[in-house]
Amino acid sequence: MSHLNVAVDTVGVADATPDEKQPWAELGLKEDEYQRIREILGRRPTQSELAMYSIMWSEHCSYKSSKVHLRQFGEKNPKTPRLLAGIGENAGVIAIDENIAVTFKVESHNHPSYVEPKQGAATGVGGIIRDIIAMGARPIAVMDSLRFGAIDHPDTARVLPGVVDGVGHYGNCVGLPNIGGETYFDPCYQGNPLVNALSVGVMPRSRLQSMQASGVGNTVILLGAKTGRDGIGGVSVLASATFSESGEDDARPSVQVGDPFTEKLLIEVCLELFDAGLVVGVQDLGGAGLTCALSETAAAGDGGMHVDLELVPLRAKGMEPQDILASESQERMLLIVDPAKAEEVLARSRRWGLLATEIGTVTDTGRLVIDFHGQTVVDVPPKSLADEGPVYHRPIAEPNDLQLIAVDRAETLPRPTSDEEIRQTVLDMAASPNLCDKSWITEQYDSSVFGNTVLGTPHDAGVVRLDETTGVGIAISLDGNGRFARLDPYVGAQLSLAEAYRNVAVTGATPIAISDCLNFGSPEDPHVMWQFERAVTGIADGCQKLDIPVTGGNVSFYNQTGRDAIHPTPVIGVLGVIGDVRRRIPLGLGKTGDTIALIGETREELSGSEWASVKHGHLGGVPPIVDLDHEMKLAELMSRLAETEQLAAAHDLSEGGLAQTLVEAICHSGLGAQILLPEGADPFTYLFSESSGRVLVVIPRGQELAVRTACEQRALPITPLGVTDANTDGLHLRDHFDIGRAELEASWKGRIGAQLGE
Amino acid sequence: MSARIGVVTFPGSLDDRDAARAVRLAGGEPVALWHDDAALAGVDAVFLPGGFSYGDSLRCGAIARFSQVMDTVKAAAAQGMPVLGVCNGFQVLCESHLLPGALVRNAHLRYRNRPARLRVETSRTAWTRLYQPGAEVVFPAKHGEGRYVADEAVLDELEADGRVVFRYLDNPNGSMRDIAGVTNEAGNVVGLMPHPEHAVDELTGPSDDGLGVVASVLAHLTGAADTSGVSR
Repeated sequence: MSHLNVAVDTVGVADATPDEKQPWAELGLKEDEYQRIREILGRRPTQSELAMYSIMWSEHCSYKSSKVHLRQFGEKNPKTPRLLAGIGENAGVIAIDENIAVTFKVESHNHPSYVEPKQGAATGVGGIIRDIIAMGARPIAVMDSLRFGAIDHPDTARVLPGVVDGVGHYGNCVGLPNIGGETYFDPCYQGNPLVNALSVGVMPRSRLQSMQASGVGNTVILLGAKTGRDGIGGVSVLASATFSESGEDDARPSVQVGDPFTEKLLIEVCLELFDAGLVVGVQDLGGAGLTCALSETAAAGDGGMHVDLELVPLRAKGMEPQDILASESQERMLLIVDPAKAEEVLARSRRWGLLATEIGTVTDTGRLVIDFHGQTVVDVPPKSLADEGPVYHRPIAEPNDLQLIAVDRAETLPRPTSDEEIRQTVLDMAASPNLCDKSWITEQYDSSVFGNTVLGTPHDAGVVRLDETTGVGIAISLDGNGRFARLDPYVGAQLSLAEAYRNVAVTGATPIAISDCLNFGSPEDPHVMWQFERAVTGIADGCQKLDIPVTGGNVSFYNQTGRDAIHPTPVIGVLGVIGDVRRRIPLGLGKTGDTIALIGETREELSGSEWASVKHGHLGGVPPIVDLDHEMKLAELMSRLAETEQLAAAHDLSEGGLAQTLVEAICHSGLGAQILLPEGADPFTYLFSESSGRVLVVIPRGQELAVRTACEQRALPITPLGVTDANTDGLHLRDHFDIGRAELEASWKGRIGAQLGE
Repeated sequence: MSARIGVVTFPGSLDDRDAARAVRLAGGEPVALWHDDAALAGVDAVFLPGGFSYGDSLRCGAIARFSQVMDTVKAAAAQGMPVLGVCNGFQVLCESHLLPGALVRNAHLRYRNRPARLRVETSRTAWTRLYQPGAEVVFPAKHGEGRYVADEAVLDELEADGRVVFRYLDNPNGSMRDIAGVTNEAGNVVGLMPHPEHAVDELTGPSDDGLGVVASVLAHLTGAADTSGVSR
């Protein structure tokens, strides 16, 4: 009965005390936002209501700064019958064939991962997995895109192992293969590491779930973990503000703690309930916890909702209603269930040892009413929380240094000229943090659980089999390039899109949809908003051109410390479909005697390149040209050559150029390569330029003419470069130099562990 | 009729579907068994799959040991029923004292996922009888707590009795004497850390060497029917 002795701020109290001073500013609300809440309610909000509005109207939940720009995705999205659910849902859903659909999404957990690397990263993975479950799908894989500060900075040694441990531990324990991702280092991420996690799930099309709380009288059930004090204020305080320069703010209590074991039970229970047809509506609890789940399901439904908050099982004593509503305790889902089926839902949950509790009812009042021990603490129109948050047209201004940066071209930097210098550059680049072997990280991830991983790390894209009978499968790649986006956010975003698209195509799959994670600095800085607007426009235009829809994603602002923002870093996940995974094209060099050739054109494009960064610490000039028509032709070619089984291997060219692509193919295959550069080509430019739209292909003997003809028919330039040779030790670059396998591997391997003192 | 191989699902089991697939591909009939149900549904052998049963609470496998199904499995194993434990399943078998020794934190203190080259040390178990002794196989090894430890005396006894079933060729976790898998005295219970069920075809695994484990038990069960005795 102790609760009744505490003075609870009820609706009645709020009515009676209109002038009570309220901590709206501390909760992250602006004065005009607070006044609008008072207008909506016709009184001051209760403490609980104030907490709910501050959460739902935060940048993280309301997208108030990004909304006006994100609209472009919807406006420019190509129409496709494949898109079963799109932007605004927990995750986009794409039809694979007449029976199967796939849902995927990428999301950030940047701020928590800096504050508490292991739990921050772990709960990032947990959160995205629940988005996939909420659509009705079984999660089947995860990927991670990670960005850290300089590899030799002491704080990187704190953040990186923790993040990797978190991503690995959560994914491994919940039983999902990690099928790929990326890891980059750049000083701009020193105080703001990026942890972007992608999950993908598969479902029969008929199992698609809705987040609507519809059907008056239906029961609201909270499923999963108990609610504690963890993560209170996570979205409004942590994810929607900039870290202060002093670094004194202790935000650790705002980070949630993950329990992958409970998540695994949630997956199994939810799927069992969906299959048995027991669920009317479902929503995951992530950022903003119950507040978000209750207001979104009620807003999406056709009436209102009544909740008795004291029924929520708690793991901490003395939690007040606003704490229960704001808690971001992990591994919880909200279910809307026909009351006649509620008992079966509870019984099936019990069988798995998972807590399920009836906490409320769907009503027709049009109000979300929350009682706490019989006293009403919330009485609001749910749409005002979920859909009618503030929308800002933030000021936009082109950065002043843009012209200066553009003329500071990397093409004018001093370069290696002698064969010996170029040879050493190949080795130095292979050993550099962004290009070196990442197995220290990826070996901490399970890649084979479920037994359907056909290609994983280090292939260009992860390929997963969906159906053992037909062999139909999907390919996914996750790519970003902050340096290119810093030079030109529009082109940079399109380069990332093109790379992810190409990485999927290189495996033989056909790209069909994207999800994006947009990592930027503070939206209150007009220069950052300019970058954001340009990047979003670049992605929207790019997808329109490529004829694949944006299915959803996530915006992460405030990735900056003091006035220093990260490079604008849009990370793009592209999903592709492949008719038969047995025909996928792997990384490697095929067999001895196979022809190695380059498709695409190599221009002198060194600005923003890995070489300029590693050798000169330079970032300037304009990024490489992006040609989406060319990318589409290339993708169509690769898909065709996979079908006809005319390629033994293929590998995308990206950071580090041709040199790095050869290093990786050689190290992965165990074979050697004899390479002869085209006549007249400048060896340095040919090896290190980062021109877009290029793929190294390995053609089995007897298929050379067919592949050449296929390229010519599509007006795609193809240049023979050499042959695979088991007797060649490593890389033989005719007329220039040799690098033995042992020396290549010594440079490329073991760098990350060595840097972290292992 | 093909032999029925039970695959147990504990809360937190992850490789149960994969174990069932391996059984199917090797020609057996997988039968799902539930941790909280003592009934073995008339199966001829039991496969305890990998995962994190009960969230690895307390110690890996420590809670699973007390499950309903393990009571029956222990009794059946004593009667000679073939039982295989892989990864977490191996940990459960050690915690249940069906196999000697224990699996502790990897020497390098990290979870590590690598294809493991193994030598099959004996074909005198229900689960390895189709392998040539000394054969080299490749199964994925992926675990954080896979370092096999036991008293020197126990290790000596295992070696002397030929009960070391699989040995690492590149020890990934600091296991004593490179031990990857062991068997009980009767040879019907086998546990190993690397995953044969993730080496069933070259499309999704490093090899198809793992099929031999289930194929062995199927051969063993057929042989057992003929001779009404354990194959050793």
